[in-house]
Amino acid sequence: MSRYRGNPEAVRGLIRETEVHRDVYIDPEVFELEMEHLFANTWVYVGHGSQIPNPGDYFTTTIGAQPVIMVRHTDNTIKVLYNRCPHKGTKIAIDGCGNAGKFFRCPYHAWTFKTDGSLLAIPLKKGYENTGFEASEAAKGMSPVKHVKNYREFVFAKMNDGGLSFEEFFGDSLSSFDNMIDRSPVGKLELAGGTLRYMHNCNWKMLVENQTDTCHPMVAHESSAGTAREVWKPYEGTGAKKPMAVEIFLPFVSPYEFFEGMGIRVWDNGHGHTGVSHSIHSDYSAVPGYFDKMVAAYGEERAKAILDENRHNTVYFPNVMIKGPIQLLRIFRPLAANKTLVESYTFRLVDAPDLLLERTQMYNRLINAPTSVVGHDDLEMYERAQEGLASNGNEWVNVQRLYDPSELDHPVAITNGTTEWQMRNQFRAWSKFMTQSM
Amino acid sequence: MTYPTDKDLIDFVIRETRMLDELRFNEWLDLFTDNGIYWMPAEWGQTDHKLVGSLMYEDKLLLTVRVERLKGNRTFSQKPKSRCHHVIQTPTVDARDDAKGEYQLYTPFHYCETRLDDSTWFAGWAKHTLVIENGALRIRLKRVDLVNCDAAFGNIQLFM
Repeated sequence: MSRYRGNPEAVRGLIRETEVHRDVYIDPEVFELEMEHLFANTWVYVGHGSQIPNPGDYFTTTIGAQPVIMVRHTDNTIKVLYNRCPHKGTKIAIDGCGNAGKFFRCPYHAWTFKTDGSLLAIPLKKGYENTGFEASEAAKGMSPVKHVKNYREFVFAKMNDGGLSFEEFFGDSLSSFDNMIDRSPVGKLELAGGTLRYMHNCNWKMLVENQTDTCHPMVAHESSAGTAREVWKPYEGTGAKKPMAVEIFLPFVSPYEFFEGMGIRVWDNGHGHTGVSHSIHSDYSAVPGYFDKMVAAYGEERAKAILDENRHNTVYFPNVMIKGPIQLLRIFRPLAANKTLVESYTFRLVDAPDLLLERTQMYNRLINAPTSVVGHDDLEMYERAQEGLASNGNEWVNVQRLYDPSELDHPVAITNGTTEWQMRNQFRAWSKFMTQSM
Repeated sequence: MTYPTDKDLIDFVIRETRMLDELRFNEWLDLFTDNGIYWMPAEWGQTDHKLVGSLMYEDKLLLTVRVERLKGNRTFSQKPKSRCHHVIQTPTVDARDDAKGEYQLYTPFHYCETRLDDSTWFAGWAKHTLVIENGALRIRLKRVDLVNCDAAFGNIQLFM
């Protein structure tokens, strides 16, 4: 029996001001509704323009549960097409990145499609003469996702009509993308270094929440970052240069005050970030030659302003996080109520020293790989939570830290870095975009 | 000066593997030279460890962090602990350079890592660069290429 389908009141009832019902994480029907509604009503990140630099280049990915192809059309615009042949449903491409040339060709019956999805040709076409084929769904070709926005090469798509425009949906939160891109002396990023993929047996929202959870690092990561601190201790003060890996690990075990002081900024529609004044990325060693290049490109004042912004994690609701200071983007791909694929992408700052990309790669493998000693303890917590939520001892998850009822009057705010306001912000957005099309 | 025979080199890798299966990680760490590296690429045929992502590219400091962490009281992902098991093909000595004291070995393997009720199987190839240091064989580089290095994995917590 459906408890939530066709029942927006029941869905809204899952989110209280400071509590979230466990069904949000564990109920398969809620998950199905997320795929049908939440991921269709929001602007979801698809890919980066540098993955498909030339006409005909494509990249296969998903929006929620929907397989799609992001492709550069002959007119150089980026299209997003549902990855399904209109004939029998065969996926047109499954190989990640490639070049289709001037058209896609289905491997099953050789139907061909222009890179905007429109039908180009069908072998033995006369078999469709006088059949009324022109009026069929198939004659339309591959269906495009209609609403696509290319924001400085970051491509987003919204599957449903109606709802918020791209600008309304993201508002000032785009400033985190701006800062990440502006860190290139020529204002350009390129996807580089491959993708780390990490399977999680937990709900995707646990990962999204974790991105602004500043009260867990010193606890869950004591075993990794704390051990790194101990292993490095004998060398401290000996004049030995602190290794990049130690610089990356140590801030994870900063005291609560460090995280309280860094601040959290929330934006409307579920977006927000940690690290308003400083972050775990603030004190990395300078990379020789980089600042000079930035000054030459932007002037000293602007260069300083760009580099002094050290936002920690910016959450783009529903399922993306970026780290501007180290050019990293993570996607939390929902596969089932209890299964999430985490993909961590890295970018090269065009015209900046390679050492920056080298540090980004090191961060990514130390923190985000399935072999990461930091990731191990995070995943352990998520999976314990996924199992623990089945307990009937309590049906609610608590997100009350630093709650103040007046926050409802402030869609945009800067506040204490240990608040769970951003988590509440995400769940308010969840409720809104889940029920918008019900 | 006597040089290690092929059998000495092969026995070294077999003993190294057994150390991992017996969870004797501190002894295993001692097998590495001070500048030794354990590398597990994330890309098929990977050549660049700096600008391309790897699953692991760890020097002795990072390997020590890993080994010490496994013992920790608050290492939650190791409560309870993982165990592992290797099946290796007899290592092949791919190259010997007695003048330099450097040797390359190639060892196909199957590997199982378990924790609680879960067992995960992996298959791949270990490539050892062994050197002679203070009269003993040591690991300069152990490269572990998984056949599915670019697949999405859950936790991999021990060493292959």
